[in-house]
Amino acid sequence: MIKILKYSIYDLMRGRWSYIYSVFHLILGYVLLFLNNDVSKAVITLLNIIIVLTPLIGTIFGVMYYYNSRDFTELLLAQPIKRTTIFLGQYFGASISLSLSLVIGLGIPFVVYGLFQSAAIFNFFSLLLIGALLTFIFVALAYNIALSFEDKIKGFGFAILVWLFFAIIYDGILLIVMVVFNDYPLDKFALGATMFNPIDLSRILILLKLDISALLGYTGAVFQKFFGTSLGMFAAIGLLSIWIIFPVLRIAYKSKRKDF
Amino acid sequence: MIIIQNLYKKFGKLTVLDRIDLKINNQGIITILGPNGSGKTTLIKCLLGMVILNSGSITFNEMNILGKWDYRKQISYMPQIAMFPQNLKVIELIKMIKNLREGAIRDSELISMFKLEEFLDKKLGNLSGGTIQKVNIVLTFMFDSPFIVLDEPTTGLDPVALIRLKELIIKEKNKGKTILISTHIMSFVEEISDGIVFLLDGNIYFEGTVAKIKEQTKQNNLENAIANILQETYD
Repeated sequence: MIKILKYSIYDLMRGRWSYIYSVFHLILGYVLLFLNNDVSKAVITLLNIIIVLTPLIGTIFGVMYYYNSRDFTELLLAQPIKRTTIFLGQYFGASISLSLSLVIGLGIPFVVYGLFQSAAIFNFFSLLLIGALLTFIFVALAYNIALSFEDKIKGFGFAILVWLFFAIIYDGILLIVMVVFNDYPLDKFALGATMFNPIDLSRILILLKLDISALLGYTGAVFQKFFGTSLGMFAAIGLLSIWIIFPVLRIAYKSKRKDF
Repeated sequence: MIIIQNLYKKFGKLTVLDRIDLKINNQGIITILGPNGSGKTTLIKCLLGMVILNSGSITFNEMNILGKWDYRKQISYMPQIAMFPQNLKVIELIKMIKNLREGAIRDSELISMFKLEEFLDKKLGNLSGGTIQKVNIVLTFMFDSPFIVLDEPTTGLDPVALIRLKELIIKEKNKGKTILISTHIMSFVEEISDGIVFLLDGNIYFEGTVAKIKEQTKQNNLENAIANILQETYD
């Protein structure tokens, strides 16, 4: 698998997109620092961008990479290599290369600006970690979708829909439910509902790390009580990992049964 | 030796291979013929495990291939339309495949045989169809596998390359290898094949030698013999 992974990363690094993605983060980092003039504040602004944008880019990139490398995949399938090795190698290759673009692109401006002298260093790294986890999650989801749809347009459309669902629609539904069932105690429900959306989960995790949970309003206290503890923290990271593990298992399962 | 038993494959509602039985002994060059959409490529891909069977079984040297992958060490496969990563150079692709699959022995010999030296540093995305096909040939023949599968190997080749390919195939055959070819070029078949498998609508319509198919259709050349069979089904 290491060989396939190496070639996938190599292939992506030679393509234009990982550079564009890195440069985008580089510019983003500089602009945020310039506008906020303070590392801690810039990290908070960055949160909102990372939480929505990394899943979007992971989704688009995952789908695009799968469809683009399809011919190459066929070449590999005819070689004496296990199927799961090929697909998991490509998946991890794409995820790792995207995560690298994120870490390098954002890392440079913040380091230059004096991140290591700032108190926000730990928060910044948690943010990058969350960004990387979200990348792994959404590339896996996108890969699953691409494996299931032969038609590029359908696959692409569905993948974007999934991103839209987790990034916007899910919160909308949650909000409506909360308004409608206003009279009932909803804190536990809100906590539970958050678990099923990796974007929400990441957002809350970061907000609590940044110690601005007051922004969360009336359920904030419950969240603080749960996620604030180390148990809650581990639970959240564990849940995010499950969001990676299950889609990856399905990639392995699906790839074994697909015709090429 | 390959034994295909009761092989059934459908894509959606379309049945592509309808309960095929076929035995391929180690008997030189076998060509798979048939009109477009008769299931030639699907049959080949089933053999390579790229297409999963709905039912039936394929055994390769007495081992069921279902879910296996290491038997492919003994097969070299040349796909019909080869598309390679556009960003890679020819030489990088060759190195990469050599790295992924050990046992490549004569890539440089093949490169000079098909005059690919000047293209080695070009990116695959910039090559013409014929040149890509030559790269495809190099990638296939550089391994010394006892079993070779070629899916329409002649597509896009110029006459010189075609002759070289033919020589190469015959040389491999003389080494005692089994070669499975799908093609539409009848003169090619007539010249080199030891056996024919004629597929029609997912069934094996004819299996035997070139002489036998001519005799059966009472035609004196293969092209007419095949056309004769197809004509019957067109009506």
